[in-house]
Amino acid sequence: MGVEGIGARVVRKEDKRFITGKGRYVDDIKLQGMTHAHFVRSPHAHAKVKGIDSSEALKMPGVVAVLTGQQIVDDKVGNLICGWAITSKDGSPMKMGAWPAMAPETVRFVGQAVAVVIADSKNLARDAAEAVVVDYEELPAVADVHAAIKSGAPQLHPEAPGNQVYDWVIGDEGATDAAFAKAANVVKLDVTNNRLAPNAMEPRAAIADYDAAEEHFTLYTTSQNPHVARLVLSAFYNIAPEHKLRVIAPDVGGGFGSKIFIYPEEMVALWASKKVGRPVKWTGDRTEAFLTDAHGRDHVTHAEMAFDANNKITGLKVKTYANFGAYMSLFSSSVPTYLYATLLSGQYNIPAIHAEVVGVYTNTTPVDAYRGAGRPEASYLIERLMETAARQLKVDPAALRRTNFITTFPHQTPVIMAYDTGDFNASLDAAMKAIDYAGFAGRKAKAKADGKLRGIGVSCYIEACGIAPSKAVGSLGAGVGLWESAEVRVNPVGTIEILTGSHSHGQGHETTFCQLVAERLGVPISQVSIVHGDTDKVQFGMGTYGSRSAAVGLTAILKAMEKMESKAKKIAAHALEASEGDIVIENGEFKVAGTDKAIAFPMVALAAYTAHNLPDGMEPGLKESAFYDPTNFTFPAGTYICELEVDPGTGKTSFVNFVAADDFGRLINPMIVEGQVHGGLVQGIGQALLEHAIYDANGQPVTASFMDYAMPRADDVPSFNLSHTTTLCPGNPLGIKGCGEAGAIGASAAVINAITDAIGKNNLEMPATPDRVWRTIHAA
Amino acid sequence: MSTVKLTVNGKAVAVDVEDRTLLVHLLRDHLNLTGTHVGCDTSQCGACVVHMDGKAVKSCTMLAGQADGASVTTIEGIAKGDELHPMQAAFRDNHGLQCGYCTPGMIMSAIDIVHRHGDQLDETTVRHELEGNICRCTGYHNIVKAVLDAAGRMKVSQAAE
Repeated sequence: MGVEGIGARVVRKEDKRFITGKGRYVDDIKLQGMTHAHFVRSPHAHAKVKGIDSSEALKMPGVVAVLTGQQIVDDKVGNLICGWAITSKDGSPMKMGAWPAMAPETVRFVGQAVAVVIADSKNLARDAAEAVVVDYEELPAVADVHAAIKSGAPQLHPEAPGNQVYDWVIGDEGATDAAFAKAANVVKLDVTNNRLAPNAMEPRAAIADYDAAEEHFTLYTTSQNPHVARLVLSAFYNIAPEHKLRVIAPDVGGGFGSKIFIYPEEMVALWASKKVGRPVKWTGDRTEAFLTDAHGRDHVTHAEMAFDANNKITGLKVKTYANFGAYMSLFSSSVPTYLYATLLSGQYNIPAIHAEVVGVYTNTTPVDAYRGAGRPEASYLIERLMETAARQLKVDPAALRRTNFITTFPHQTPVIMAYDTGDFNASLDAAMKAIDYAGFAGRKAKAKADGKLRGIGVSCYIEACGIAPSKAVGSLGAGVGLWESAEVRVNPVGTIEILTGSHSHGQGHETTFCQLVAERLGVPISQVSIVHGDTDKVQFGMGTYGSRSAAVGLTAILKAMEKMESKAKKIAAHALEASEGDIVIENGEFKVAGTDKAIAFPMVALAAYTAHNLPDGMEPGLKESAFYDPTNFTFPAGTYICELEVDPGTGKTSFVNFVAADDFGRLINPMIVEGQVHGGLVQGIGQALLEHAIYDANGQPVTASFMDYAMPRADDVPSFNLSHTTTLCPGNPLGIKGCGEAGAIGASAAVINAITDAIGKNNLEMPATPDRVWRTIHAA
Repeated sequence: MSTVKLTVNGKAVAVDVEDRTLLVHLLRDHLNLTGTHVGCDTSQCGACVVHMDGKAVKSCTMLAGQADGASVTTIEGIAKGDELHPMQAAFRDNHGLQCGYCTPGMIMSAIDIVHRHGDQLDETTVRHELEGNICRCTGYHNIVKAVLDAAGRMKVSQAAE
């Protein structure tokens, strides 16, 4: 490892612009003649749109246009799509209602747009939107999944009778029933996985610019995957063919999944910019984010786990109702199915699993991937079940896990996933040592003497990352391949540009990706630039989500680097009159092994471009590209243990210690990896203690601002004690598993297990607010 | 419309704005100082924090007109040329930022926290004082480290002046 190579704690190259206020986010961009959009949004959860009167708005000075849902339908802009086809257990395809970018006839959630005002300034657009009169006929609405599937419930879409999108199953029902029939003990649990609002700090924004002469659009947008956005906008929404649409995602202020999707606002901005003949900018405010950014989680689950007399798990049965909101968002269908139920084996040897997932429409904001996407729901369920089982079977929770750990690899679970490697005992050991698990009983007794209830909670998570092998996901219904692309461009002076289809919105790719180049070539990272986020620069890419950028994106860069190095070695060998096989790369030089003959990398680059003395038949230039498609998912895993105290008088939880022992395979930059874990842990803790996107029974959102939705703040959370154990991922040459989602996947169960341990009652829903904890303590 | 006269990052400016214009929009839209961000509409997130007459304020929560005659410092105004403010350097060195969106407000709040607490700063105080700045990326761990680190650096740099 060099000072800037793989494994080095290199400070981030991108930081200078962010700490000096020179970041360039979408809302920072101004175009000549730019107009501003403000959407007219439904205040009702379910209503017919009887008419829209824009006449007063159009009279206001500075108002350019008022455009409605009917117009966007008339112009044949496509309905929003869901890109992953799920088949119900009866063989029928999932049942989807149409989702137009603005509603022409019916609104189905509060915040759905019915019209847009385009004006010379943002304030004018907002004022004029107030003057647009919409005649709504209110319809009965339903927000809760159980209410939505009852007979007589308000119906959202005629295409989906009973509000059911699908009823999907996985696993072997017969084998699972047989395991339960023979079980020595059965543990049952009902859990709700609370709905969350992602709340990246930068609200979504878009600027669309139509060039009539070239019939060409440029879209600046807050996207985690600009190429996917271009593909969907072109292929499905009829905005423009791909070569006439450039999508730029500049600095993006956090995503957490919510900026994967192509939203109505981008579609409308593009369409409107052509209609009004001027650039159109839309910047969401925080309330719009709460109303329209895809939410996360929102499962209601009943699960049962069967054990034999030796406390070995013999079977698992799960039934989950997943709330999808009012429409099927881009990848929503895959989240409670292939990203959830395929992880229900956890870290454990479970011979038989059967899971059924019912997807349900409600009059709420659409739900889709949010940090972890399905895997937090699976991990939370399994780790709450293990804790419940330990209490019921009266065994130590860590010991029960150890009894059931998978210890040989590869391991085929009964739910598709084949775990390639891991050492679950090692991460459990590391976490138990870090928190002094053995000394907990003494600490609990001391806390009790001080009037506090102390608890400890273990969570052993596993996730499937490195998303994803294209053939495998294609066979499961995905509409896209999930490879990544990269290009290495060496300039004639030897500086290097790495073009990647990954997108950084906080992950630090501009640093970590350079570290790979530094490792291989021995050049300083200052000589390397990372180019991303612009469809005119990078040919194609699938973007950043699912902890895929290092495992998949960086591997694509490695593949392109290998091709470039191979050519460079030929050039060096030719220049040094040596055999290509004798050339080694060290400290920025190409050397003939075992001699003092060497040529510096910039001279190799220059030779490639002057082309005065290249091997016969070699093309000039030094530029290579690669597409990398993984052969399997990767399986980051680890143990989190939380120790906390509950004040029985107030129900308030205080952290004592929180340890995380993760196995992410090889780490490129441990400092950045730790930052990813910290952030993920706080999102998991936020779900456990604070966050809940709440609707009333009529579909009115109750939490649509930071005044109402409890975001984790600095004084809500502790500092963390992190460590790593390592098994290298055999599926990619760098041995990387991915680290982006682990914290959010594993943390919430550790917290709830600890609180329920402290208060001595097992049933406690998230978020465990002081009020809820106090009521649970004092419930009969 | 009104003319607001103020000093921004040491430079005197006069800006004609609609009376309802917020200070943050004067900075972003009229002066192109886009380092100051808007992350909410309820004064909760702190992405918009700037200094007015040496104190941290949320620039989304005051009218531009209320800054008439004041001296405002934004994230763009705290480095001395190429020399970063110690708080900026500490955020970089401690990996106290990821997406960077909350960072300007965090740094401006943090400088004010150090000014007010000086040597008395500890982790609990920093966490309590950062209550008005929301970060979704870092989990605050490294932000807290950065602020405590910067408190030491600021003491050294003050002693040197």
